[in-house]
Amino acid sequence: MNKKSKFLAFPYLVWMAIFIIVPLILIAVFACTTKVAVDPVDGHRLSEEEIEAVNEAYIEENGEDAEIPEDLIPQKTVFTWDNLLAVSTYMPTLINSIWLALIATLICLLLGYPVAYIISRIKVSKQKMMIFLMILPMWINFLLRTYAWMSILENNGLLNKFLGLFGLGPYQFINTQGAVVLGMVYNYLPFMILPLYSIMVKIDGSTIEAARDLGAGSPNIFRRVVLPLSVPGIVSGVSMVFVPAVSTFIISKMLGGGTNMLIGDLIDLQFLGASYNPHLGSAISLVLMVFILVCMSITNSLDDEEMEGVIV
Amino acid sequence: MKKSLALVLVFMIVLAALSIFLYTWKNPQQPDEPDIEDGEGDGEDEEELSFSDSVDWDRFRGQGITINVYNWGEYISVDEGDGEFDTNAEFEKLTGINVNYSTFATNEELYAKLKGGGTKYDIIIPSDYMISRMINEGMLEKLDFDNIPNVEYMDDTIDTSYDQNGEYSVPYMWGVCGIIYNTTLVDENDDFETWNILWDPKYMGSILMFSSPRDAFGIAEKKLGFSFNTEDPEELAAAAEALKEQKPLVQAYVADEVFDKMGGGEAALAAYYAGDAITMMEDNPDLAFAIPREGTNIYTDAMCIPKGAPNKEAAEMYINFMCETKVALANVEYTCYSTPHTEAFEYLDEETQNSVSYPSEEVKLTGEVYRALSDQGSRLLDEHWTDIMSSGNSNPATVIIFILACVAAIIVVNVWKHNKKKKIELEEVELR
Repeated sequence: MNKKSKFLAFPYLVWMAIFIIVPLILIAVFACTTKVAVDPVDGHRLSEEEIEAVNEAYIEENGEDAEIPEDLIPQKTVFTWDNLLAVSTYMPTLINSIWLALIATLICLLLGYPVAYIISRIKVSKQKMMIFLMILPMWINFLLRTYAWMSILENNGLLNKFLGLFGLGPYQFINTQGAVVLGMVYNYLPFMILPLYSIMVKIDGSTIEAARDLGAGSPNIFRRVVLPLSVPGIVSGVSMVFVPAVSTFIISKMLGGGTNMLIGDLIDLQFLGASYNPHLGSAISLVLMVFILVCMSITNSLDDEEMEGVIV
Repeated sequence: MKKSLALVLVFMIVLAALSIFLYTWKNPQQPDEPDIEDGEGDGEDEEELSFSDSVDWDRFRGQGITINVYNWGEYISVDEGDGEFDTNAEFEKLTGINVNYSTFATNEELYAKLKGGGTKYDIIIPSDYMISRMINEGMLEKLDFDNIPNVEYMDDTIDTSYDQNGEYSVPYMWGVCGIIYNTTLVDENDDFETWNILWDPKYMGSILMFSSPRDAFGIAEKKLGFSFNTEDPEELAAAAEALKEQKPLVQAYVADEVFDKMGGGEAALAAYYAGDAITMMEDNPDLAFAIPREGTNIYTDAMCIPKGAPNKEAAEMYINFMCETKVALANVEYTCYSTPHTEAFEYLDEETQNSVSYPSEEVKLTGEVYRALSDQGSRLLDEHWTDIMSSGNSNPATVIIFILACVAAIIVVNVWKHNKKKKIELEEVELR
């Protein structure tokens, strides 16, 4: 790589610094700080009783109706672990989101893998059409598509009406965890198929023919040739589905009926809920990021190993 | 294949072009300077009304001033192509001040945006409890009522205790909260004028509740006879307990989804606002609305000027304009909420005057206004809410199981890697 082409990466580096690195640092800073009331004279942290006392003294001095000015008690931003420790209260919600996202990712993989393989093996001209058809739903707004599922799954929605024709149901589909997983699978399936397809299309047909010539049956070809060669696709597909699925909040709101709170809803609540608490919100986001990193490193370690195996 | 693809694309583009053409053909764009006929042809009532000369509307003309207005979505009269009163365009025409209009969806969104800084607004229209919070935090500018003479029309029976001395805000719309029910899906002999109906096991799975914690807690608090603005930890815990008890009966916690769910007969009962109930009843005549006698929430959205507004006097002129009878009438007819403007109320037809939007004095007396909770109070409320929402679908043991599973997965992967490496090394040795 010469100097000129490195120079071309410069705009992206600037972009990354401003919109990725700086926000990450800000999240970390917010997560580890909090605002506390301090004494205006010596700057020590005031307890709640002391704050009350200061307010009462002010009212006594200036009469009943006096408004307490905002700067009566100055606030200071201090370092604290409290926010991060408070996240432990929300662990069950976090685990629940990871669990649902894992199920959704697994279903996406099981559904997407055969499709990607089949598409990669048909005629090139047809492949384009198939990929086009697969991406077509994504031209429609994400919210609209989720909204449509709402009217399909409702108690007197399309699905239950159809089942009713045969005297079945009505069943409870919407407002369950199953509906949330369905929403995730539906919305993120293309993100699984695309990376899988782009890796599989590079598997040379002659490799498979050679394996067959050497007497390998279909299960063997899949296990020893196709699967190892497609691992990079699996890894990137899994991360592209898992990461947005674990942090989603609108799907659980619309299809989960608000009763299946996910970690994304919780973060949303810290910023747009009754109490505006960006510190706790950032702390939850930070912990979520750590969990995602752990999950991703497990998947990635699979990939590294296989790549070595392929090279050898 | 490529050809058919191209054909599909061309077809879609043509279709899109055709629909755009048909749309513009059916709804011709209004010219920038509406001619006189357009301006006057606003329907019968408004024709008699004209703008008062309470202030010198031309004071800022020609100075190129632009004010930024931040309001709820769908909350002002606009011209949708059928000659309705276009509030902002009329204001621009009358005063020569440009209006830069944008909308928000929740009070909390407005608060987060102002707190985050960056954007300067001249006019904001938050609700009661958010106004008192902003006053407490010194985020609002005191209004100069000499510039807003039209404030005299405001109905003083409406509780404005959120702004105790009335220095910071001028009411825009108000309304009450109640229970909307579908008469075909409920037993009509039941008593709907009580919040207890939302705890009736008979209606399991067909009750809708608010998804905003403050409103949901409000209902539980009134059911138990507490104030909306209680911060007593024991009372909040009791309300949380009641909501937990109710959770198995609730179909969903909703905001605007209520329109679809009640309109389509998906749910039988919902707690929501009177103005929206009227809109829903227009779509689905089976719906009815009741106001519980334990007391309900009377909410007010009011116009305020945030600290540091660049054009405070022009903003006050806008508030005065919004309080013009003609404008207030157009806005209330568009939104279906309740107007605090006494003269505009007189112009409404009798049916509207007697509708649920304008409840009796009794309701007004038992009603209560939301005020801002302290930081501790709202945090406690949020904690309870999270606890209610995430209860029942996971227990703490899963945390330990999950961490063990992660450790196990890492060990398995590493052992497997190690074994495989050894095997490959052995094979290499054999090959040599």
